[in-house]
Amino acid sequence: MLIDTALAVMWVGLTCYALFAGADFGAGVWDLLAGGAARGARQRRVIEHAIGPIWEANHVWLIFVIVMLWACFSPLFAAVMSTLYVPLTLAALGIIARGAAFAFRKASTELWQQRLFGACFAVSSLVTPFFLGAVAGGVASGRVPAGLAEGNVLTSWLNPTSMLGGVLAVLTCAHLAAVYLCADAARESDAELARGFARRAVVTGVASGAVALAGTAVLHADAPELFHGLTHRALPLVVLSAVSGVTGLGLLITRHYLAARAAAALAVAAILWSWGAAQYPAMLVGSLTVGQAASQPAVLSACLISLACGAVLLIPSLWLLYGTFQRADTPKPGHQSVR
Amino acid sequence: MPAVTAALGSWRVLASAGAATQGDLSAARAQMGFSLAWHIIVACLGVGLPALTLLAEWLGVRRDDPALKLLARRWARAMGVLFAVGAVSGTILSFEMGLLWPGLMGRFGQVIGLPFALEGIAFFIEAIFLGIYLYAWDRLPPRRHLLTGIPIVIAGTASAFFVVCANAWMNQPRGFTLRDGKVVHVDPWAAMFNPASPPQTVHMILAAFIVASFLTASVYAVAMLRGRRDAYHRAGFAIPFALGAVAAPFQILVGDWAARFLSDYQPVKLAAIEGVYRTGSHVPLTIGGVAGKDGLEYGLRVPDGLSLLVGYRSDTVVKGLDQVPRSQWPAVTGVHWAFDLMVAIGFFLLALGVWLLLAWWLTRRSGDGLLDRRGTRLLLALVALAGPASVVALESGWSVTELGRQPWIVYGVMSVRDAVNPAPGLMTGLWLVLVVYAAMTVATVYVLRRLARGTAIPVAPQEADVRDYPVV
Repeated sequence: MLIDTALAVMWVGLTCYALFAGADFGAGVWDLLAGGAARGARQRRVIEHAIGPIWEANHVWLIFVIVMLWACFSPLFAAVMSTLYVPLTLAALGIIARGAAFAFRKASTELWQQRLFGACFAVSSLVTPFFLGAVAGGVASGRVPAGLAEGNVLTSWLNPTSMLGGVLAVLTCAHLAAVYLCADAARESDAELARGFARRAVVTGVASGAVALAGTAVLHADAPELFHGLTHRALPLVVLSAVSGVTGLGLLITRHYLAARAAAALAVAAILWSWGAAQYPAMLVGSLTVGQAASQPAVLSACLISLACGAVLLIPSLWLLYGTFQRADTPKPGHQSVR
Repeated sequence: MPAVTAALGSWRVLASAGAATQGDLSAARAQMGFSLAWHIIVACLGVGLPALTLLAEWLGVRRDDPALKLLARRWARAMGVLFAVGAVSGTILSFEMGLLWPGLMGRFGQVIGLPFALEGIAFFIEAIFLGIYLYAWDRLPPRRHLLTGIPIVIAGTASAFFVVCANAWMNQPRGFTLRDGKVVHVDPWAAMFNPASPPQTVHMILAAFIVASFLTASVYAVAMLRGRRDAYHRAGFAIPFALGAVAAPFQILVGDWAARFLSDYQPVKLAAIEGVYRTGSHVPLTIGGVAGKDGLEYGLRVPDGLSLLVGYRSDTVVKGLDQVPRSQWPAVTGVHWAFDLMVAIGFFLLALGVWLLLAWWLTRRSGDGLLDRRGTRLLLALVALAGPASVVALESGWSVTELGRQPWIVYGVMSVRDAVNPAPGLMTGLWLVLVVYAAMTVATVYVLRRLARGTAIPVAPQEADVRDYPVV
């Protein structure tokens, strides 16, 4: 029970990372595809405005997941990190480049600097989710054995399931970002831009669905255990994901942007939980179960109690953060004293 | 392209994931050391700069002083950049714990997981309120805006506390039992609140405030030396300098406490710090010198000095390095010099604080401005030097605690060699990391210098500028 709670809490963290930080990466992808300096300016402004205040907080979900992994499931952490260190190092460097370049771009005033840092931000936003998806694919297809660096350093992430994971991660991030940005653009009364993001959201949504469908064939051949789990125990979640994905597309076309956000988020969350459900109780397919990987009860309960106390502080704080910046923004005159 | 060549070279031996080579072990140590040494500076600024910014903003709002308000906005902009860089370089460290030291994490991850979980919460709060503080500057009334900054300071300090608790555990591993090499009976609270936690955390948090203070003050000291002595630059010099000067004497007391702690709990480290080879009484204090065959050579000796410092009596027995086999000795010369350097700079900062106090006392009596007296140029030059010097002290102090623990990653329990990732090709990772960090260093310094020179400060430090020109 304690173990499953810790696992569920970690998975909630992973879901939040995908839903919030994933969209920030996706926004970087759209920044990359926005076009030249003049043509893409409006898009980039909305993107910058939408993710600027929140990306750092969203990024912390990753740290949350990592810390939960090593505190509560340390053998899993050691096995995944040591075998998959190539894609994880590349993802880590992508994380550095993305965050630092985004902050640098904001602080630069000259076009060439904004171009340089902007390109760095945008390219790393594309690369990072790809490698994280590849890592997920390596774990899900059972290529990471328990122990230190027991798996193959290259084929553990250069394999069909990892490529599927990487591509799907990039598409999903782009889709989430486009869906979220519709409402952001609409709030800034830019209906044309909102329609543009809706178009992109539909395209990436359809593409994600198509890749996922084609991916079932890949999983059937490359990750039979996962395939079996997804088509049996986790099937309801898979269906839920498909249904909410299609619903989301409908909501986008009818311009219900806020409701579309919820539907898209549900579709992505359901996919993550279907992976978890399909694999449970195996953590590393064939070599490590949840029970074997879990830390001792004293550790699990200490972490969970700390997190519960932390949540009392965190949830109102997050509410304040999103509340402050999701309102229509009109800087109140009178509070600005210094020029 | 050395990275690519190294990559090809290491991938040719893919089959040999048995034990790490000496080269890979050195690469892993270098990578961890380098990325920590980099992050620790930014992290200190992340802890200390919000306090300085809030102080300036609070004073500015209270006195309705435009110079102070402008100062707060400038610092907030720098804070925004530094926090982003600190957040990502900190994330890399959490990756590297697993990428480079899976042996440590796989076995002891559960023992030191708790402080990291707590650190995660604190960091979360810090990130949330930093977002609000920076971006809602003009959406909130001034007093409420000030309030949103307070959690940043508290959470930043708490993060430092939790992270250093985990490091302290590596020096004083507690809260678990080893049975046949397996970790049993884990008590995460005992691991977190180990004996090394109190001295180490206090020492580090004070260091963070001192480094942030003196670095900031040094920027304005340089500007004032170049003749810009308006209210804005005076405040930018005086606020951080005052904070640093208050903290410096406490740091010396805490440092003494930390050294005494070592004599009780980690005598090998103290012996390496002071270059004491043989256990005995009447041990001299040696300043400088090189580790020779039988002790430090060419150093300046103070007879009975160390015995007096440790136990206040000249016949106090000080344990030497001879208590452990020579294979378990840390690198004596490096640890000893790093320590002496840190102490010397500590006293230099203390002297600057005393100077400030004297100047303040004299100006109260004479009625002159604090910075109008003779000798001010010298003080400014010394403070300009104190910024980089405090960073050197920080890095040396950190080297003392890390190098002094060698060859152990967990003192007396696990060696660094047993913790390293056995996968091949760690050298490639080191090259990649060096290249990326070099680029990030250049960009950070460049952007911060631009911000310092900045023209008009936009309304909200982070936001309004985005609207004024197209972002590419």
